[in-house]
Amino acid sequence: MSTPQPPMPQAAATWQAAPGPSNATYTSPIPVVRTHLGHAIASEWTKIRSVRSTMWTLGVFVLLVIGIGLATGALVAANSAPESLAGENPLSFGFFGLLLGSMCVSTLGVLTTASEYGTGMIRTTMVACPSRGRVLAAKAIVFFSVAFVVTLASAVIVAMADVAMLDGAREPSGEEWLKGTLGISLYVALLGLLSLVVGSIIRHSAGAITIMIGLVLAPLVIALFMFSESLEDLREALFEYSIPNQLSVFYSNSLTETGPSGWDPLWIALGVTAAAFAGAVALLEKRDV
Amino acid sequence: MIELEGLTKRYGEKVAVNNLTCTVRPGIVTGFLGPNGAGKSTTMRMMLGLDRPTAGDVRIDGKHYDQLTDPLKYIGALLDAKAMHGGRSAFNHLLCLAQSNGIPKQRVHEVLDTVGLTAVAKKKAKGFSLGMGQRLGIAGALLGDPRILMFDEPVNGLDPEGIHWIRNLMKSLAAQGRTVFVSSHLMSEMALTADHLVVIGQGRLLADTSMADFIAQNSRSYVRIRTPQRERLLDVLHSAGITVVETGNGVLEVDGDKSAQIGELAAQYQIVLHELSPQQASLEEAFMQLTAESVEYHAHSDTPSAPQPQWGDGWKGN
Repeated sequence: MSTPQPPMPQAAATWQAAPGPSNATYTSPIPVVRTHLGHAIASEWTKIRSVRSTMWTLGVFVLLVIGIGLATGALVAANSAPESLAGENPLSFGFFGLLLGSMCVSTLGVLTTASEYGTGMIRTTMVACPSRGRVLAAKAIVFFSVAFVVTLASAVIVAMADVAMLDGAREPSGEEWLKGTLGISLYVALLGLLSLVVGSIIRHSAGAITIMIGLVLAPLVIALFMFSESLEDLREALFEYSIPNQLSVFYSNSLTETGPSGWDPLWIALGVTAAAFAGAVALLEKRDV
Repeated sequence: MIELEGLTKRYGEKVAVNNLTCTVRPGIVTGFLGPNGAGKSTTMRMMLGLDRPTAGDVRIDGKHYDQLTDPLKYIGALLDAKAMHGGRSAFNHLLCLAQSNGIPKQRVHEVLDTVGLTAVAKKKAKGFSLGMGQRLGIAGALLGDPRILMFDEPVNGLDPEGIHWIRNLMKSLAAQGRTVFVSSHLMSEMALTADHLVVIGQGRLLADTSMADFIAQNSRSYVRIRTPQRERLLDVLHSAGITVVETGNGVLEVDGDKSAQIGELAAQYQIVLHELSPQQASLEEAFMQLTAESVEYHAHSDTPSAPQPQWGDGWKGN
């Protein structure tokens, strides 16, 4: 039982002088480690590989990208004369699979952050790692790496198969190879990272996924219904900067069109994601968990 | 040791925690008591750096929570049993926590063994019963072998065996010299585990006292007597120097634990007794009295109450 309590002393120094029921404070045999981002990354890696939603979203992603990519290539190879393909970039038939697949990557990105709010896991996470920015950074690094590697592997498989299947098409140049595999994989992974950041801001899985699907589809759909002459410029911009069109830029060799070209979509995605990330960190610091 | 100083949390107009100052000391179990909605959980969340205080300060061994580089080794917390991803296995849940603080993997096996979940370590947490979830949460709290442990309503929803287990666990943790801080809204539960009490109501500190003092102040023991020979017994007790209080309905009360002495006196003077029973005013009553004004959500026990006098009743009869 405790000793009778004098009025609570506030200062630590006075306190230690007071006799307590047991004077020795417990000391653990576990060595003290100064934790850093590496620990958070290891933790996030365990988290992402130990839930089934990762397998589901990435499994469907690989199926969509490879399945649609190969099917498109095979259909085109079977139904068109070799000469009609002359001048075509054979890599561009990977486009439809990646466009649909990007939804899966976005979903996984959102779930990486928002599901922790849905389940309450976020409180456990933040108690274990009070540096909130570090938690978000670790999530971003782990998710981006996973999404990039899986996208790149799928995109390379589709690219090689389509080039082999479509004899009539021209041989893609070195830069086209780079854009059609590495470039587009970075872009899709960045889109997923933006979803992760939106998930952290919205804190609600369904809400954040809806926003991301809207972001991908809405500009294009809105542009389709802008018939008015006076809105022609806006319509053009919406179309050119819509995410499906930006994806297609990675397969186009023309630099004469207006709107983004070359590697522009990557820089745009990088800028938007970086800004959203900064906003998410600021909100994370400010809000209660 | 945890020090709270002027801790305040406001949600808009509503004050959840109001200028709370107290110290949680090592080596004992400190009970954090208050009715539902008193601000216990909010206070604990602020201690763990989850909620930002509107004003005031919390220090864990002299540091702010977010200054702790490996917090799980300082402080282990069970906030609520369901603060985990249901799709993850118990082992992986603990592993990701261990990794974030650089705790060796071996320790995950150890704590699973401590809480008795080794057999279901590979099972998904969503299949767990409330008691198993609670055990997994406690395993997470013990993971870093911390000096400070914090449990928010740990016995909620547990079966008697589980309650017994948690009670003993908390006592043994405190006996090892750790700081144990446990919240509850059950005074009876605290009376069995806590050495020290911090009572809050509507976010304000109501009491900060040792359990022994609280019991001494609030639990009156007395003897209840009923007899057909009231006058005669009063005379006998009076001449023996025992003070008697009459409480109505023919019931007499004598302060203290004097039932043996009274029984012997009654036998000696051949007085018939209908009742002679030692009584103890419950701590629960003392607690309810202490917090009566600050209970946020009252239920009305007197269902269909007597009709309230209507306006005009006073002069209608005249």
